[in-house]
Amino acid sequence: MYGLKPDILVDLPEKYFCLTDYEKVAAKWCPGCGDYAVLGNIQKLCRDEQLDPAKTVFVSGIGCSSRFPHYMKTYGFHGLHGRAFPVASGIKWRRPDLHVFVITGDGDCCAIGAGSWIHAIRFNIDLTVMLFNNEIYGLTKNQTSPTSRMGTVSNTTPRGSVLPPINPMQTTLGVGNVSFVAQTVDWNPPHLYATIQAAHRHKGFSFVHIIQRCPKFQSDLVEQFTAGKDKLYLLTGNEGVELDDVVIKSFDHTVEHDAHNINAARSLAEDPDNIYLGVLYRNTKAQRYDEYGVHNIGYTVEQKMEALNSELNKYAV
Amino acid sequence: MSTSTSPEKSTVKEEIVPSLPGEHIVEIVSDSGEGAQKCGQSFAAISAKMGNGVWTVEIIPAEIHPPSRTIESASGIRIRFGSTKVTNMGDEAELMVALNEQVPYARILQKAYKEGTIMLLENKWATDQSEHIKTQYATALKDFEARGYKVIEIPMEVECLKIIKSARKGKNMWVLGMLCYIYDRNLDIAKNQIRHTFRTKPEAVIESNLLLLQGGYDWAADNLDFQYPIKPMELKEEMVVMNGNEAVGMGILAAGIEVCSMYPITPATSTSHFLAECIENSGGLIHQAEDEIAAIGFAIGSSYAGKTAVTITSGPGLALKNEFIGLAAMGEVPLVIVDVQRGGPSTGLPTKVEQGDLLAVLYGQPGDTPVITMAASTIEECFHFIILARKIAESFRTPVVVLTDANLATGQQPFPRPKVCKEWFSPPIDQSPWKQGVDPYEWDEATGLSRRPIPGQPNGMYTLTGLAHSKEGKPSYDPENNQRTTAYRSKKLATFKNTLKPPEIHGDKEGDLLIVGWGSTLGAIDEAVDRVRAEGGSVSSLHLRFLSPLEPGLKEIFSCFKKVMTIEINYSDDVSDPVINNDNRRYSQLAWVLRAKTLVDIDCYSNVEGQPLSPRKIVRKLQQELEQLKA
Ligand SMILES: Cc1ncc(C[n+]2csc(CCOP(=O)(O)OP(=O)(O)O)c2C)c(N)n1
Ligand SMILES: [Mg+2]
Repeated sequence: MYGLKPDILVDLPEKYFCLTDYEKVAAKWCPGCGDYAVLGNIQKLCRDEQLDPAKTVFVSGIGCSSRFPHYMKTYGFHGLHGRAFPVASGIKWRRPDLHVFVITGDGDCCAIGAGSWIHAIRFNIDLTVMLFNNEIYGLTKNQTSPTSRMGTVSNTTPRGSVLPPINPMQTTLGVGNVSFVAQTVDWNPPHLYATIQAAHRHKGFSFVHIIQRCPKFQSDLVEQFTAGKDKLYLLTGNEGVELDDVVIKSFDHTVEHDAHNINAARSLAEDPDNIYLGVLYRNTKAQRYDEYGVHNIGYTVEQKMEALNSELNKYAV
Repeated sequence: MSTSTSPEKSTVKEEIVPSLPGEHIVEIVSDSGEGAQKCGQSFAAISAKMGNGVWTVEIIPAEIHPPSRTIESASGIRIRFGSTKVTNMGDEAELMVALNEQVPYARILQKAYKEGTIMLLENKWATDQSEHIKTQYATALKDFEARGYKVIEIPMEVECLKIIKSARKGKNMWVLGMLCYIYDRNLDIAKNQIRHTFRTKPEAVIESNLLLLQGGYDWAADNLDFQYPIKPMELKEEMVVMNGNEAVGMGILAAGIEVCSMYPITPATSTSHFLAECIENSGGLIHQAEDEIAAIGFAIGSSYAGKTAVTITSGPGLALKNEFIGLAAMGEVPLVIVDVQRGGPSTGLPTKVEQGDLLAVLYGQPGDTPVITMAASTIEECFHFIILARKIAESFRTPVVVLTDANLATGQQPFPRPKVCKEWFSPPIDQSPWKQGVDPYEWDEATGLSRRPIPGQPNGMYTLTGLAHSKEGKPSYDPENNQRTTAYRSKKLATFKNTLKPPEIHGDKEGDLLIVGWGSTLGAIDEAVDRVRAEGGSVSSLHLRFLSPLEPGLKEIFSCFKKVMTIEINYSDDVSDPVINNDNRRYSQLAWVLRAKTLVDIDCYSNVEGQPLSPRKIVRKLQQELEQLKA
């Protein structure tokens, strides 16, 4: 029917996973929080990619955004503030069969977890990483974060913050062995979806910076973000994300970009005036630490016994 | 800089107890980088291979290249070896080799020598071009003689230069040859040892070291008029000889652990050096993380995904790992944590021994964090305890801490070759479907135990969280739930304790004084107790391997003695200090725990001098205590 060859039906997976196979309890974020959009799109992506829920792990730190794993009917690890990267790396290193996602916030990643963030980029383990950047500490109720703009009024900087922010894109692109860097926004679902999909399909540490609305503590920004369309540039080019024409047309500006060109990517990331959405950089040749991690898995007990005995021989009296 | 110190005139002359017959203590000290340790390790290995009991203690400077000919530069090794099993470093050395006259002062500060100690001293400094050095040498020589050492000046440099062009690298093997003559070592074994030590070096290097060995041996045969052949034991079983860090590494292989995640820290690091050489042949890997927090996080990730991992560290690293230890306890993730203790707090004494981390392990985490804690007291236990720890971690779904220390880490000792068996190794990851309807924390009412799903198992999907959670793994702020689930996690320790037997008592089951120890002090305490008992003293000892939960039956055991006292290498206030009284006194770490646990008024004796305890020191304390008990 409809021109499909009948043998295609034979390739249908044994069990087809539906959206409900990924949906757990209703999320408890504030009304209007950008996190909802990401959750919905991730569930859709899991369904579309037919990721076996039993083989999928969502790892997070602590924060509003880091509650994410609790809303997925997959395996999850809601660990410590700032420490999602080492945990996720330890999960994936010797388990190539698992799909591992990392959910982190701007405080979680760029403040307390900054050390591990830098090293995770360098390790380049096959993880799909989503940084939920609402430019504020949400869970602990309105403290300035390292990504808050200068002048941000919060509970810890009532007279306005005094330092310019860390730029997560710039930082990530500055680390040796960087493999995949993309940027999207929570209020453009098709772009969000396509970007996360591209990240998931990339083999290596795929870093997606999600500009995320926090109507509770950054309500001024919500306006700026969604209304300020003239600052948003859609990246086009053959290494970008796959989008429908309708979506492309919804942007006022587009820019041709070669995602293999790290210098071009860096200058886009450093542009103080405009925000570029899509894949800024991808390098499929970056060294992958998880490839090293799996080079000797699956030894039998007998092999291990033999290795131990030959080691003991060297110390024999 | 002159580092000579004059002999303490005021102190009472120490009475000299002759060493047990059939054993000797030898020290080799040199400037850092001259290879005294390699010489001593080889000597120890040769002796162990001949069938002697052996125990070594390394003397490690804190810096890589301190200024030469100073106390700070002293690098070396002590080897106690004999015709019976040797379990500790002993008292003063019978013989020492020094490559310059300044480095022995580092050991003199530690009271490592006695009247009559033979000192084999490099004499090239007597004719040094520098007047200053010549004077230093002459002054030290006089001082050594005043201290009663029997100094023999030896032209080591001159003799080595007959064999090689530069003596700095190589003198150590010449010294080894000399020692081999003095102690009548089997030269074939010695030569094989050199081949093993330099196995990665070119043949020419091996050849010249063999010549140096022979040179030292021949020179000694021609010029020395004494020899101390130390008879070997009759070995009934196959033995292996290694240090504690290697034994830990070997234990990791034997446990079938595939991920060792670490960050370099003295004195723990050499375990990862050992593993780096061989773990890949055993289907495992080392992960060198960016810091200790990430190291344990990575290990927990691996454990969560079904491959129970180990992370190895020392005190400062342990402090960083605490938050994650709490998560492992809360989320019930099996994990093995090895803490090779060193002097603290802070950077402390990085290369020296202390048993200062016990309370940090037991109580270092916020909230109620039950962690099963064990301490190895011999090199052999370093091996077997890792295998045991992995099993406990998995059966009880919990982190397990194994404590060792700097003394065990670098000390070499022979022990029966482990008979490798299948049951030691972790089984493959379970990927069978999880039984539908069973929760990820289906705690057993009686034991607190539950089984855990592993990613990949169909139907087992759950989210591990550090938040208080229900048996479904869902965050729960319910007061009753938190009370109950905390109790389950705690109950696992009670359940584990039920599997333990009361500790064995060394000596009589009742008497005047009972000494309680833990960790690397076992040999020294037992030896001291034996000496005092031989004089008729009523003293016994027991040594704890499990510190949380404690081994059962302690209160009953303690009640059979007039006094109970711990002996530890950590800090406690000295009651003879006028400011200190029973009210404000801070006790040794095990003493705190035992006092709280048993309500017995347990005393303690400890120091933080960074040295293994000598039996002599303990004997004196025991005699003193027994005297007081009589009065
Ligand atoms: C070790 C530690 N320090 C501090 C906290 C408190 N804390 C929890 S979440 C958070 C910041 C969250 O901000 P962000 O990562 O931006 O996540 P968001 O809530 O905005 O999604 C902090 C400081 C903690 N849980 N653990
Ligand atoms: Mg935030």
